[in-house]
Amino acid sequence: MSKQTAEPSATAGAEEKTATGVVDPPTAVDGKALRSEHKEAKERQKGRLGGLDRQTLTNLLHQMLLIRRFEEKSAEAYSTGKIGGFCHLYIGQEAVAVGAISAIRSDDYVLTSYREHAHALAKGMSAESVMAELFGKATGCSHGKGGSMHMFDKNVNFLGGHAIVGGQIPLATGTAFAAKYKGTDSVSLCFFGEAAVNQGAFHESLNMAQLWKLPCIYICENNQYGMGTSLARAMSLQNIAQKACSYEMAAELVDGMDVLAVREATLRAVQRARKDYLPTLLEVRTYRFMGHSMSDPGNYRTRAEIEKYQERDPIKLFTASLKEEGVIDDKSLEQIEQQVREEIESAVRFADESPEPSAEELYTDIYANPLASSRKNS
Amino acid sequence: MPIITIREALNQAIREELARDENVFLMGEEVAAYEGAYKVTKGLLKEFGDKRVIDTPITELGFAGLGVGAAMAGLRPIIEFMTFNFSILATDQIINSAAKMLYMSGGQFKIPIVFRGPGGSAFQVSSQHSQALESWFAYFPGLKVVMPSTPADAKGLLKSSIRDDDPVIFIEQERMYGNKGEVPNDEDFTIPLGVADKKREGTDVTIVARSLMVPLALKAADTLAQQGVSCEVIDPRTIRPLDIETIVESVKKTNRVVVAEESHPFCGVGAEISSEIMERAFDYLDAPVKRVSGADAPMPYAKNLENLAIPGVDRIVAAVREVAYLE
Repeated sequence: MSKQTAEPSATAGAEEKTATGVVDPPTAVDGKALRSEHKEAKERQKGRLGGLDRQTLTNLLHQMLLIRRFEEKSAEAYSTGKIGGFCHLYIGQEAVAVGAISAIRSDDYVLTSYREHAHALAKGMSAESVMAELFGKATGCSHGKGGSMHMFDKNVNFLGGHAIVGGQIPLATGTAFAAKYKGTDSVSLCFFGEAAVNQGAFHESLNMAQLWKLPCIYICENNQYGMGTSLARAMSLQNIAQKACSYEMAAELVDGMDVLAVREATLRAVQRARKDYLPTLLEVRTYRFMGHSMSDPGNYRTRAEIEKYQERDPIKLFTASLKEEGVIDDKSLEQIEQQVREEIESAVRFADESPEPSAEELYTDIYANPLASSRKNS
Repeated sequence: MPIITIREALNQAIREELARDENVFLMGEEVAAYEGAYKVTKGLLKEFGDKRVIDTPITELGFAGLGVGAAMAGLRPIIEFMTFNFSILATDQIINSAAKMLYMSGGQFKIPIVFRGPGGSAFQVSSQHSQALESWFAYFPGLKVVMPSTPADAKGLLKSSIRDDDPVIFIEQERMYGNKGEVPNDEDFTIPLGVADKKREGTDVTIVARSLMVPLALKAADTLAQQGVSCEVIDPRTIRPLDIETIVESVKKTNRVVVAEESHPFCGVGAEISSEIMERAFDYLDAPVKRVSGADAPMPYAKNLENLAIPGVDRIVAAVREVAYLE
């Protein structure tokens, strides 16, 4: 799985440009094998349903659907120019943020990278405040100063939104340090992509976290591509969970297309962190269905590969499991979809109608204690 | 008033602030068991224990970022760089995280952290261990940059920096740790950030000097006094925010100014000060602003070359005579 790369086209004549810009011979999908794989994944997931009440399960589905529709709406708003700058969508990875964040408390910290709309929503931020931030409005969670890559909400302990690859890893190590220093039992979840694992910040942080026993859970969302560079082209040892051995840290390899698998693994890590201040590295294998960002032509991977993972769509999988086990039916699913539609519509309306930040905001929030000599443009 | 060294003054400041606020902790390479590479943190591990005074691995980016994260969660870290040369490894966390967090979060996350340690030229340690980095940090809105030149300033400014709610870059001059001076032993003694200090009154020429250049400027002023030139020496003490008003006020009185610094001239703090003076007091100037800067070259090892790279008293004297049209 981790070694997959874009396969070269068989013949130039057979190339077909798809809507996502992927260049690929059209016949490479083995539908039968995919269906069989989907069935096995579903059986594994159904085995994890026991013990979870209907409310918890439907909440997980609701959140995943909310994130999916939120991101689809973001793509639309980006194409019409309502959202600017960089915009990295989370479609395909919903099970990771939703599963992991469902395993923690509201006083626990979450920090992540620039692909963060989902984590913000899962941590409890309103779709209104996230969409308004994307629209660059004063009512956005960061008052229009952060945008897509820098969402923050102190009220729910969502600490960003960091756009230098791996930059959030030392920060989350620091929030974990602070929790232990203050004698609380709150934990820190630190999300990052697999490409961040090549940064020094990752290794420096894991070393300190295990050395000092800090309650930080490092969640590597391995979607197999750092922008357009596949894991195989970027990493000498591609088994990321194994890297924890260098620091004598606990680690698990997790199916990131199964929201319950992510939740269970995170719960185990949270227990270790709360009880014994021990860190964990989770390597969560997932896949992004969209490009790296809105401007990504996506010609570094095959359509066959994308379709393979779309067959493992975490929402499709979870919906099927819940239906087959009688937790939801078509009617309740439609109710959830309807609620989500209303939430998104309301968020867009709110963002559209909100005012832009006032011109004075350019010079606010630079210093917490501004001093008289601080200078503005004269 | 007791006379102590800058090293002891800094130690007092850290000790008093650790005692005053449980959320303050000190972290860095060799700060605890070794008591600091320059002995600034002597006795602190024994007094406050290893929860508050923490030795780190050699992992500057890591512990600088850890400090910023801890500040986001309500603590007030003092992060020591054994020397500011090593802060270069941590600049991503200092600049992209510490300096910008309050802004990017729409005012939600203040970062009360002090990054401190020795900087500027040291004695014969060549290019990588002997350099002035203040203009780098002063460039970024969101950071405050402090450079004390006396034991009293060192203590009062460090205490204010630790109590401040913003990230502060606190650069101690590596050659000056042993310099002595009077320091109040009052625990409430602080010096506000952003306020320049007139180190010497004068009427003919203003010398703006910081850090290592302050004692040299004062010596130059003594020499010049014997030659009939009265110099006013202004030490900004805080580079950002810069107390430009005090400098401009002095220039309006003397009409002539020399800016002395040990850093490279290009894109340096001296260039900024010169530009500000030009914008704010052009009509008061009787001569162009003169900069005396370190060489525009990496620091060499050989003693004779090193002496040429760092401004001395004679160069400041010559610059003052030049702007006073005495040459």
